[in-house]
Amino acid sequence: MSAVSQDSFRAALLDASRPVPDGLLDGAGRPAGRRYAVYRNNVAVSLREALATGFPAIAKLLGDENFAHVAGLYLRQEQPGSPLMMMYGTGFPDFLAGFEPLGHLGYLADVARLELAMRRAYHAADAAPLDPARLQALDDDTLRAARFTLSPAVQVLRSPWPVLDVYRYTLTPGSPKPQATAQHVLIARPGFDPEPHLLPPGGAAFVAALMDGAPFGTALQAAGETFDLPATLGLLLQTGALTDLTH
Amino acid sequence: MYDQTNALPPLPGVGYKPQHFIALMADPAPVGWLEIHAENYMGDGGRPLAQLRALAERFPISVHGVGLSIGGEGRLDPDHLARLKHLVGWLNPASFSEHLAWSTHDSHFLNDLLPLPYTDATLTRVADHIDEVHEVLGRRMLLENPSSYLAFAESTWSETDFLREVARRTGCGLLLDVNNVFVSATNLGYAPQAYIADYPLELVGEIHLAGHDEDQDDHGLPLLIDSHGSEVADPVWALLDLTLDQAGARPLLVEWDTDVPDWPVLAEEARRADRALARIAA
Repeated sequence: MSAVSQDSFRAALLDASRPVPDGLLDGAGRPAGRRYAVYRNNVAVSLREALATGFPAIAKLLGDENFAHVAGLYLRQEQPGSPLMMMYGTGFPDFLAGFEPLGHLGYLADVARLELAMRRAYHAADAAPLDPARLQALDDDTLRAARFTLSPAVQVLRSPWPVLDVYRYTLTPGSPKPQATAQHVLIARPGFDPEPHLLPPGGAAFVAALMDGAPFGTALQAAGETFDLPATLGLLLQTGALTDLTH
Repeated sequence: MYDQTNALPPLPGVGYKPQHFIALMADPAPVGWLEIHAENYMGDGGRPLAQLRALAERFPISVHGVGLSIGGEGRLDPDHLARLKHLVGWLNPASFSEHLAWSTHDSHFLNDLLPLPYTDATLTRVADHIDEVHEVLGRRMLLENPSSYLAFAESTWSETDFLREVARRTGCGLLLDVNNVFVSATNLGYAPQAYIADYPLELVGEIHLAGHDEDQDDHGLPLLIDSHGSEVADPVWALLDLTLDQAGARPLLVEWDTDVPDWPVLAEEARRADRALARIAA
């Protein structure tokens, strides 16, 4: 009587070149054969579909056939680390970055990072936005010393590629064709729907400094000479990215 | 020690899908309760939790776990148990249920309900894990029968005796999935009616219904796949009638998880479940 360990069951699930473990039968006592393949298929399809749902732009950029191939390689290398499928695929951007056959699509990994950030923002904790009046009430010196709390949904992505334009061009019909340029993106969530926004020059450094807990004045210095403060601050307030301040 | 009553009403329910939120809030009839997959509501915030809070004000909720891996050879994931405790704690659902299956091995989650040999060793392990769930959650859970595509040579228990013994040892209740019964019986070549006759119906706190796909094995024999992507098949409705005749009215859940249809299609399935309940009340 051969006992089938979960170790051997799992190993053969993810590697179709391995034989079906001994001790698995059909109803008549014959070897299970392709009945075992039902489980192989369930695992591969469900993980691949989770990746396609989580990375819709990557799926569209690659096309169904290529995406299925790439996702199939990734899911055999990295299964979910927990039953929270909303978290699956955190290693997918790095996997894409290191996948040589797609090396000519240099922007791919950053588009995947943007999609991951959007998904994280979707599930992030709720936070009430800062009332702009509290900001306007501060004199210059107090403002420079003030520290801000950012919404848990807020993330910043700095890319040497036109990552936001590629993302929009891929998913939103009528979006302009991407031009070769670096783009820094703010991901925030006013209400329940995450939004990606292009950050003006210096914006990414400014927001990153605020997220690190630096005072407003220090964040301004980090942002550099060409920083467009009104545009950046307007964006942060409009997207509910700031939730509190202390001074 | 635990609340022995199942607070789900003996009415039709549906597996909740976010695309049905507006329709359900506007006119849920004949749906009397909803089931959610626990793992989809373990994020920190956002729309999923906001929708769940709104739904919980109007409907009894059943929390159905799909990732605890109760049959796993390793210990239950303490982080996942803590997440379940948190969800069940703030939501205070009418019911919590999980599967007789495993899905995690060496911290790798495989996102499928994988099969177990019915042996003394599996029985001890499953019972220990359910004891732990009861202890951590402070409530009695329901355990669902799997859909099987194959059998284990090493098994020494029938599935119905195995479930009965797990329930006897742990005090858990049972979730009877009649589609799974039909799928397993067809796949393994026994009569689904005989399974129902052997099954401890007095322990059933909830019944599941779902659609399946048809395929064939290496010998050209029917191989049914528990796909949850279509209407409930007629022989499964017939098996439900047989079950309700013996068990009496129970909470009936229609599951539809892939190729999810527009609300009117799912509502029609719920109405059919409602008629099955009305038939035995007549």
